[in-house]
Amino acid sequence: MDVLYFAWVRERIGLPREQIDTTAATVMALIEELKAREERYALAFCDLKSLRVALDQKLSSFDAPLAGVREVAFFPPMTGG
Amino acid sequence: MHLSVQKAAFDAGAELNAFSAGVVGAGAVVSFTGIVRDADGTLSAMEIEHYPGMTEAAIGAIITQAQTRWDLADVLVIHRYGRLEPGAQIMMVATAARHRVAAFEAAEFLMDYLKSRAPFWKKEFGHDGATWVAAKEEDESALTRW
Repeated sequence: MDVLYFAWVRERIGLPREQIDTTAATVMALIEELKAREERYALAFCDLKSLRVALDQKLSSFDAPLAGVREVAFFPPMTGG
Repeated sequence: MHLSVQKAAFDAGAELNAFSAGVVGAGAVVSFTGIVRDADGTLSAMEIEHYPGMTEAAIGAIITQAQTRWDLADVLVIHRYGRLEPGAQIMMVATAARHRVAAFEAAEFLMDYLKSRAPFWKKEFGHDGATWVAAKEEDESALTRW
């Protein structure tokens, strides 16, 4: 699936997007998998309260299932307007 | 419904005139324009990042919600991204309705939701480097009044 990062999440990880092959069943499982990869991921995902997730461009939650999802995006709380 | 997510500057006056000219039977048009503010004189620029695709979908859904709640003749949302200098116009919202209460309320509703439910992120560049603007608690609690 495509995993996208925005704002300081993108800066901490050092990539705007990447393709990840995963068997993670939920967003939380994917986060744990990424955190275990490298320090920069652990740093980006260290405080989940300051993170939001979108699945196929819709705001979602960390316990949401990933079955059938093509695009996951992680970003901080939005600051539009 | 008019929705534009764009890098280019816009002319808020011309947009408002065109919007007003296009609505028939509306007795009230309300508009809001957001401007890059340099509160303490240290801001050199602001960079707005967004999530292409989700941005348009999220704003479209917010407009649909507003149209469901209030009897609106039309709605306009323009939101810029990219690099903006202090004093530049970031975004504008306009609503047209038969009566002013609906136009005012819908404009406020749109603003509240655009602030924390449309995928934009602001980064400020100043004398001490760059910082991401943090979401405010009150932006989130502003949604509860709707």
